Amino acid sequence: MSLWRIAWKNMQQRGVASSLTVLSMALGVAVMVGVIVIHAVAVKQFSSYAGGYQLIVGGKGGDLQLVLSTVYHLGESRYTLPYSFYREFTDGKYADLTVTAVPYCMGDSFDPRPLEDGPSDQLYRVVATTPDLFDKLEYGVNRDGTPRRYRFRDGRNFRSDHAFEAVLGSVVAAKSGVKVGETINPTHGISGRGDRHDEFLVTGILEPTGTSNDRAVFVNLEGFYLLDGHSLSQKTVEEKALSGPTGPPQVENPRGVLPPATLYNNNDEPIEPLSEPQREVSSILVLSDDQMGPTILTSQINKDQNQAAQAVAPLRTVANLLEGIVGPLQVVLLVLTILIVVVASISILVSIYNSMSERSHDIAVMRALGASRSSVMLVVLSESILLSLTGGVLGIILGHALIAFAAPYIEAQAGIQLAFWEFDPWEIAVIPALVVLATLAGLLPAISAYRTDVAHSLG
Amino acid sequence: MLLLEGVRKSYAQPGAERLPILDVPRLAVGAGEQVVIRGRSGCGKTTLLNAIAGLTTIDAGKIAIKGVDLTRLPEAARDRFRARHIGYVFQTFNLLPGFTALENVLLGMTFTGQRPDRARAADLLNRVGLGHRGHHKPAAMSVGEQQRTAVARALANRPLLLLADEPTANVDPGHQQQIIDLLRGVCRDENVSMLLVTHSNEVSDQFDRVEQLEEVNQVLKANV
Repeated sequence: MSLWRIAWKNMQQRGVASSLTVLSMALGVAVMVGVIVIHAVAVKQFSSYAGGYQLIVGGKGGDLQLVLSTVYHLGESRYTLPYSFYREFTDGKYADLTVTAVPYCMGDSFDPRPLEDGPSDQLYRVVATTPDLFDKLEYGVNRDGTPRRYRFRDGRNFRSDHAFEAVLGSVVAAKSGVKVGETINPTHGISGRGDRHDEFLVTGILEPTGTSNDRAVFVNLEGFYLLDGHSLSQKTVEEKALSGPTGPPQVENPRGVLPPATLYNNNDEPIEPLSEPQREVSSILVLSDDQMGPTILTSQINKDQNQAAQAVAPLRTVANLLEGIVGPLQVVLLVLTILIVVVASISILVSIYNSMSERSHDIAVMRALGASRSSVMLVVLSESILLSLTGGVLGIILGHALIAFAAPYIEAQAGIQLAFWEFDPWEIAVIPALVVLATLAGLLPAISAYRTDVAHSLG
Repeated sequence: MLLLEGVRKSYAQPGAERLPILDVPRLAVGAGEQVVIRGRSGCGKTTLLNAIAGLTTIDAGKIAIKGVDLTRLPEAARDRFRARHIGYVFQTFNLLPGFTALENVLLGMTFTGQRPDRARAADLLNRVGLGHRGHHKPAAMSVGEQQRTAVARALANRPLLLLADEPTANVDPGHQQQIIDLLRGVCRDENVSMLLVTHSNEVSDQFDRVEQLEEVNQVLKANV
């Protein structure tokens, strides 16, 4: 009979005490697993949101603000760029290094509740853009390395020459109940208290992407420009000395959607697009296929003194954010959970140590049967390790069960997708750490076992 | 086979001289011999057996089993020697409560450094009439069955010497003779020397060689 088996039998003999000790360890480890996995998945997803964007160009200001507003639809984008700067990418000086440029105009929101109910807390950002966003850009890569392309669950992409068409992210469609063929009215501003704009016809609903775009409404940029308060006044246009191409395309194959020659409303009646000088963009997503393209573009844009523009690589910005803010927070959480596990280990110590007087007889019997002092010491240490590992394994299972249980809530609240089998390599470190902790916890009772006076304990 | 020479043992007393417990000038037991040491309770019988088993260290003298002087062995070697060559039957059986009868016998084989022999453990339980009780825990067994299990455990490693400390003291009268017959029978069958201590005349009368502890232990002789 091995020493492990003897230790296991000892655990069984003190079933209730052992179960409670295992439970306290399991709960500690479950919390730890929860923190590790949720943090890892959150970081991965937060980073992967940004993975679909090679370069973001926006008005000079904080690069974090630009990334947060463009990628995560958080905060405000205060610094706009003239439309002519977008044209620099489509058919201007940056066109050679650009594969696709997609303009973003932000600042409106969509409240699915009726106007008479007043502003609600369920507000979704409206992003005015071109159909290229879904036709030509990807949103990251799959585990097998293939690119993730936008797909439509229902309907189709909006058309560039139909001003008032819109596409809904999967969460917006699910929460609002709006279907293809129905219309929505964006609200001016992001507070939800602004005026309701003209209606847009929903032509498509995206499949879930697992990114913040699931929670956004995408409308045709041309329609957005025609809404109240979205055009620059003639006076402002005259004050701004604009450069860059305007009018018909300057190159044969422009790298983005340009204002159509004829624009239609939803009744297929021709309407007049907003003139280019009166247009602004919040940011521009730029895809460059040249390996050095993003670097050269970033360098050229950021050094150009004539333009109040900046180019940022969102992945780097997000990495800095995670390192600077989320990283230390994770350390604090980990320290707290480690403390919980240490407390659980101490409960193992207390449980075994308290039972030492009753088990000293069993130890003496084993010694009388020929067990050495180190053997009885190892039996006690094995029991401590078994208690700890049983608790640890149960804790890992429990932790993942809790994650699976909470997954729908977390996804609804934070947009983070979790699954039961979402493992993090750090979890493997839990097992050896528990063995070390259990050995330390078992040391005191093990020494007590080592010192057992056999003749006295046999009585 | 067993030879004790000049064995002395005393205990320290707070604020007083050491209290002598054992003074055995010589005691020898031959191979396969069955010897009873008689003495009243509290006169050092258990201390003598613990000293022979190496569970208690002695102050002076020599305790040799088959030529090996246990007093000269380091503790770990003494433990290993005890596991392999000495069987011990206690007055209070000392079965581990969380283990079945079979597991208690296997436990007796665990510390020899060799793989426990399940077949022998089962065979021993059969020989003590408990073949059908192997998977029962001590609490589910009668005291007679518990002591028979303890006998099987003591013989698990084919010991040279079996020490029995009042093996019938806690057994009901109806089963006492059964235990004595069992001990004598299996020791004879396996050629195991037996040293049995008891205060019972009924038990001692059945043995050819009976030593009075008062004669063996000079400490008691001086006090008489």
